[in-house]
Amino acid sequence: MPANGRITPSTLSLKDLPWQIAWSREKCTLCGRCAAVCPMRTLELGVFRKRVVDVDLSAQQAASSTMAVYHGIRQQTNPANACVGCGMCSMVCPNDAISPLHSDEADKLIYHVNQGGAPRRRGGRRNMPGGLLDRIKFIRISMLTDPALDAGRHEFELRTLLGRVLSPEENLAHLKENGWIPPVRDIYPLIIGGMSFGALSPTMWEGLQMGVAYLNEELKMPVRMCTGEGGCPPRLLRSRFLQYVILQIASGYFGWDEIVHAIAEMKVDPCAVEIKYGQGAKPGDGGLLMWYKVNKLIAAIRGVPTGVSLPSPPTHQTQYSIEEAVAKMIQSMYMAWGFRVPVYPKISASSTALAVLNNLTRNNYAAGLAIDGEDGGTGAAYNVSMNTMGHPIASNIRDCYLNLVKLGKQNEIPLFAGGGVGKTGNLAANAAALIMLGASGVQTGKYIMQAAAGCLGSETDRCNICNIGQCPKGITSQDPRLYRRLDPEDVAQRIVDVFVSFDIELKKIVAPLGRSTSLPIGMSDALGIDDPAAAERLDIKYVV
Amino acid sequence: MCRLFAVTSETPISPMVALEALDVMREGHDGSGVGILLRDLGGPFEAIKGAPILSGIFTEAGLKRLDNYMMELGFSTKYKISIKIPKTPPPGVPKRDVYLIRAYEYPETWEDLSWDAIHDRLTNIRLELAAMGREKEDMIVFSFWPDIIMLKEIGDPLTVARYLGLDRDELKARVIMAQGRQNTNYAINLYACHPFFVGGYSTMTNGENTAFFPIKEFLMSRGVAGYTGFQSDSEVFTHILHYTFERMGLSVEAYKHIITPLSDGDIAAHPDAALLKNLKQSCRRLIIDGPNCVIGCLPDHSLFMAQDRKKLRPGVVGGRPGMYAFSSEICGLDTVIPDRDKSKDFQPMYLDTAIVGPDRKEVQICRQTDALPHPH
Repeated sequence: MPANGRITPSTLSLKDLPWQIAWSREKCTLCGRCAAVCPMRTLELGVFRKRVVDVDLSAQQAASSTMAVYHGIRQQTNPANACVGCGMCSMVCPNDAISPLHSDEADKLIYHVNQGGAPRRRGGRRNMPGGLLDRIKFIRISMLTDPALDAGRHEFELRTLLGRVLSPEENLAHLKENGWIPPVRDIYPLIIGGMSFGALSPTMWEGLQMGVAYLNEELKMPVRMCTGEGGCPPRLLRSRFLQYVILQIASGYFGWDEIVHAIAEMKVDPCAVEIKYGQGAKPGDGGLLMWYKVNKLIAAIRGVPTGVSLPSPPTHQTQYSIEEAVAKMIQSMYMAWGFRVPVYPKISASSTALAVLNNLTRNNYAAGLAIDGEDGGTGAAYNVSMNTMGHPIASNIRDCYLNLVKLGKQNEIPLFAGGGVGKTGNLAANAAALIMLGASGVQTGKYIMQAAAGCLGSETDRCNICNIGQCPKGITSQDPRLYRRLDPEDVAQRIVDVFVSFDIELKKIVAPLGRSTSLPIGMSDALGIDDPAAAERLDIKYVV
Repeated sequence: MCRLFAVTSETPISPMVALEALDVMREGHDGSGVGILLRDLGGPFEAIKGAPILSGIFTEAGLKRLDNYMMELGFSTKYKISIKIPKTPPPGVPKRDVYLIRAYEYPETWEDLSWDAIHDRLTNIRLELAAMGREKEDMIVFSFWPDIIMLKEIGDPLTVARYLGLDRDELKARVIMAQGRQNTNYAINLYACHPFFVGGYSTMTNGENTAFFPIKEFLMSRGVAGYTGFQSDSEVFTHILHYTFERMGLSVEAYKHIITPLSDGDIAAHPDAALLKNLKQSCRRLIIDGPNCVIGCLPDHSLFMAQDRKKLRPGVVGGRPGMYAFSSEICGLDTVIPDRDKSKDFQPMYLDTAIVGPDRKEVQICRQTDALPHPH
């Protein structure tokens, strides 16, 4: 900085930034790829002037110095271009000359990411590594009277039910009298959670759909994927692959004009309809697709103009109260498909979840309840919502399950848990823990993005720029220059890898517990944790 | 693993028959306990089929409490069997004051009650007595039901039977279920001893039911007073049987479809596909995860045996018209019915339910892939 340089309150030094670029002049080939790939434009061409001392070894001339110039990169320090640590620069560098390093100094950028009065918005998830799910162990290993099963050779039936299940007596009575029996789907217990077309790039979405179709049609695994709030491509709506899709309707109703008009032309029914009332990443806040990503294609599918931000309202605006909204929307959605498609609400985990559940138990149409915990991910949200709002999933799902047990309806309204499943990579263990706490199945999004597409984000605030459409992997971008980096075929292959390996791991968990004939929903006697307070709260065993 | 033996005979037989069968299978039980259930009774109980019989173990003080309690309810003793025991019990058998088998006359106020109402009241009285007994540790109540006697005690089965002098005419019965126990609990709880009984249905099982916990939670929330106890993971088999008949109105052929439903492919090819698909979904919480061999008895005194879905426990049924037995091992069967056609012995596999009806004429095999009977 020159001596008369101006220092503003938001003038930061490199040391103040959370991520700093380490660059080696020795190794750098000056190819410029790092600067070209940087999604934040934080890397600029650097022209450095440097004094060179010239010493004449023969001592015939006095030593002198000259000014020389060399080229390299310079890291910008203004908040708008601060490095997010994505590491794409190292990925493209032919000589390993560059990489971002996390600062050892407390982050000062955080005080300045509200320029113009706009608080920080970002994608990703809560910046809080670790979680309780990883601490739950499976302790009831069959050792004596019941030898453990062989995960590799036995027959396993590990599917779950999505839909309102009548009590045995009611079911038989309805069957006898030709009464209405609510539609129930027999599906795989790991669901790809709602990530919209718009939040995700076209290549990512296509890859997910292809992977899901392969799992269903070739591997006979009834895996389902939720659309999120963003509609559904018209050709998919009119294809047989719609049966693998859970259509989501949320408070912005984006894409539903297209869906409603396509109903008459649908070859098959969708798997289910999910009505989103809340999301774990930003509870009490509506969906958000920022203007960067609303291009012509997205605008067409969603039925909106291009280039405008699309914030969904926090609630469905058509009704006075949530009870009324839930009841009426569930009924309307059932009517749209002739009462053949299960309809269920999704809420963010909350201390008020029990109230919602109790309402649903008295609503004969409610096909389930999806609860999304605080560790859920999102494509765009306010940082404050993501980091501080919400409820952990484990105790929320447990409370709801035990409430159903008290009411005797634990097989009737399936609970689906989401938010932080596989947060640290332990997808099968986290899923099994939630199932044994009482979930009928789990939803996961973030793990899928990381495992199937190589998302770089982390709970230590790495990357997390899904909101501005600059995803360096092309997962959440609507810019063809970025999303063509992602080959849908590769994503599909990885989806298959993820589900097949998940299935093996799930069997490796349930087989030693002696379970194979049905998914061990609510088998809480198998669970233990090394924290007495958590054990008491979750009503599982305390083990040390 | 425990050993099981059940026999059904046209002519009443002594309980010792079943206990001798258990004795030849002693490799499979450790002498830690015995449970025996007698029904379709002969002897003096033949003439008083409708009178509820209370079976249990009491201290002297407990017996006085029982008498006061029953008197207050208006019950009077109709018939009782006095079991005189030697002063010193054999090694391993605890010393008890009174083993009680007593038939009662119903209170006059019950005369106009329906059979269902009487059932409910009998169950409630049994539960109340058991709770009173737990409180002061002076009563253990096994059953209170017409035409049913149940005895359970710690120790080697045959030794206990001889000690109690069970080889007597008053105790002859047409259906006997007996279990020789392999103890897996540190403290031996007699309420965890098979067979279990609720509302006319009884079962005994060997193996372990790993899905016990969610099944228990489901049964406890059905609002049926008798679905209680749960001292053993096998007790739920009795409750599920009761539930299948009494709450769902289904038959013994459907029981297996509740506890171990067919795979979806087999259901699609089944003549009752729609019903079975609905049963599999609505009764998902009742699916067991073995290994279990279940022997059960119905109110009409039919006996049956069913196996779990894959990890089968041993079980065989055989006999001749008039007398059939269900046994964990063939040697048990050989001891009791040596003169049968052994080529007709049947070991039910994962799809089978073997049933001997009240006529005791034949073993009926019901495969899960067969059509279900459709009562009119």
